[in-house]
Amino acid sequence: MAKVHVSTTVNGQPQEVLVEPNDSLLDTLRDGLGLTGTKEGCATGDCGACSVTLDGRLVCSCLVLGVEADGKEVGTIEGVADGDGLHVLQQKFLEHAALQCGVCTPGFIVAAKALLEKNPDPDETTIRYWLAGNLCRCTGYDKIVRAVQDAASELATPA
Amino acid sequence: MGDYAYAAPSTVDSTVELLSNTAQSGGRAQVLAGGTDVLVQMRSVDREPRLLVDVKQLAETNKLSIGDEEIYIGAAIASAVLNENAELKGKLPGLIESADLIGSTQIQGRCTIGGNLCNSSPAGDTIPALIANSAVCHIVGADGERNVPVEDFLTGVGTNCMAPHEFLLGLRIPTPKGRTGDAYLRFIPRTEMDIAVAGAGVRLTLDENGTCTEARVGIGAVAPTALVVPDAAAALIGSNVDEAALNAAADACSAAASPITDKRGTVEYRTKVVGVLCKRAGAIARDRAVVA
Ligand SMILES: Cc1cc2nc3c(=O)[nH]c(=O)nc-3n(C[C@H](O)[C@H](O)[C@H](O)COP(=O)(O)OP(=O)(O)OC[C@H]3O[C@@H](n4cnc5c(N)ncnc54)[C@H](O)[C@@H]3O)c2cc1C
Ligand code: FES
Ligand code: FES
Repeated sequence: MAKVHVSTTVNGQPQEVLVEPNDSLLDTLRDGLGLTGTKEGCATGDCGACSVTLDGRLVCSCLVLGVEADGKEVGTIEGVADGDGLHVLQQKFLEHAALQCGVCTPGFIVAAKALLEKNPDPDETTIRYWLAGNLCRCTGYDKIVRAVQDAASELATPA
Repeated sequence: MGDYAYAAPSTVDSTVELLSNTAQSGGRAQVLAGGTDVLVQMRSVDREPRLLVDVKQLAETNKLSIGDEEIYIGAAIASAVLNENAELKGKLPGLIESADLIGSTQIQGRCTIGGNLCNSSPAGDTIPALIANSAVCHIVGADGERNVPVEDFLTGVGTNCMAPHEFLLGLRIPTPKGRTGDAYLRFIPRTEMDIAVAGAGVRLTLDENGTCTEARVGIGAVAPTALVVPDAAAALIGSNVDEAALNAAADACSAAASPITDKRGTVEYRTKVVGVLCKRAGAIARDRAVVA
């Protein structure tokens, strides 16, 4: 199959990668660029484990073609921390034990970060609806919602 | 059977040419908008390689205009973008809510009303709301442009009237005037992320006395295609959209339904519920019209 050359920007870094025309962006990130933080849970848009941002907009990378990233900016879980310094959301997920197996976690953090950028002070209902496309088989969601709420209040009132 | 290929043409003419040439050479092309149906289907029910023709780069499919007579919604505009447009939401709250019901936040970032319509599922959530709003499909192909009302566009489960050389540029909707309101409701067993068991869209206009002068009702998931229900509209027109008129409209929707039984609902259940949804959507549309 004829591979297609894609020039994209991932977490601020320019990237060149060859993809099959039917590869998903998820395949491209994981297999093409070695960025395996983004997970595949279902490959059908149902679980949100593959959440990334595309030109700032939250999407399922399993439902975007790798070729569609050409000329676009992709944001993944690898770009959330600042070097060794965890993002507040990552810190709060740890503090609240908002993860067990962790497969859903990158997706939740990328999705929650997109929420807080759009709405820095979401109520619980808003958080639950925003994250309705992220499934977790382990935690029962409550700790995740608490972690996001806590991160939001910490971001609102810096220590 | 060849390989998969991808193209993102930058003009309408080159898009039509690509679709036409592929069809003529016996190849297979498929239009790609948000891909939330295409990519899922490509990995499950229909793996046959094809040329994916991305229509998101075209100025025409990204056009959004709100005129005195017509609202134009380009076929490639993502739901999330529509939802952030306060003016559009103010004019067509029911239609935008129907688009907002599709999937999750992540799906919203990609999915389009055009894709929902062109996928032509009997349960597509925006379709009854489009029908209620008298939406017309603006189609282009090798023979030029044509305009087809949504209810005539749909031909069956997953099928529509477009030829292989044609694609949807956008939807034309008459701009609501005076005291006009619209609403769409669906029933699903969950609160998010599910396929409609039944759905109903209503748009109506009231005069200064509160009498309904115009109405359109569309229903979904209760027949092979979404349907326009003229009898339900007739039950509302001339009334004050009171309980009796809404009940008559509900009965007309139930009478128009010819659903199937599946794991989501039985024939009896769907028939009843589509009426209830019409009644409730009618009341919301009425209340919106009063304050419009
Ligand atoms: C997790 C999940 C949840 C979902 N929930 C819902 C839901 O609640 N309600 C609902 O109705 N749907 C739902 N869907 C289905 C899907 O998201 C919608 O139908 C969506 O509107 C499709 O839009 P799209 O732009 O992604 O279409 P695409 O996948 O790009 O295209 C869909 C079809 O339309 C054709 N097409 C698209 N644009 C054009 C055009 N301009 N001209 C000609 N043909 C075109 C394509 O060739 C394809 O056949 C869900 C999907 C997923 C994955
Ligand atoms: S892997 Fe993309 S939504 Fe599940
Ligand atoms: S922590 Fe295991 S799926 Fe969420």
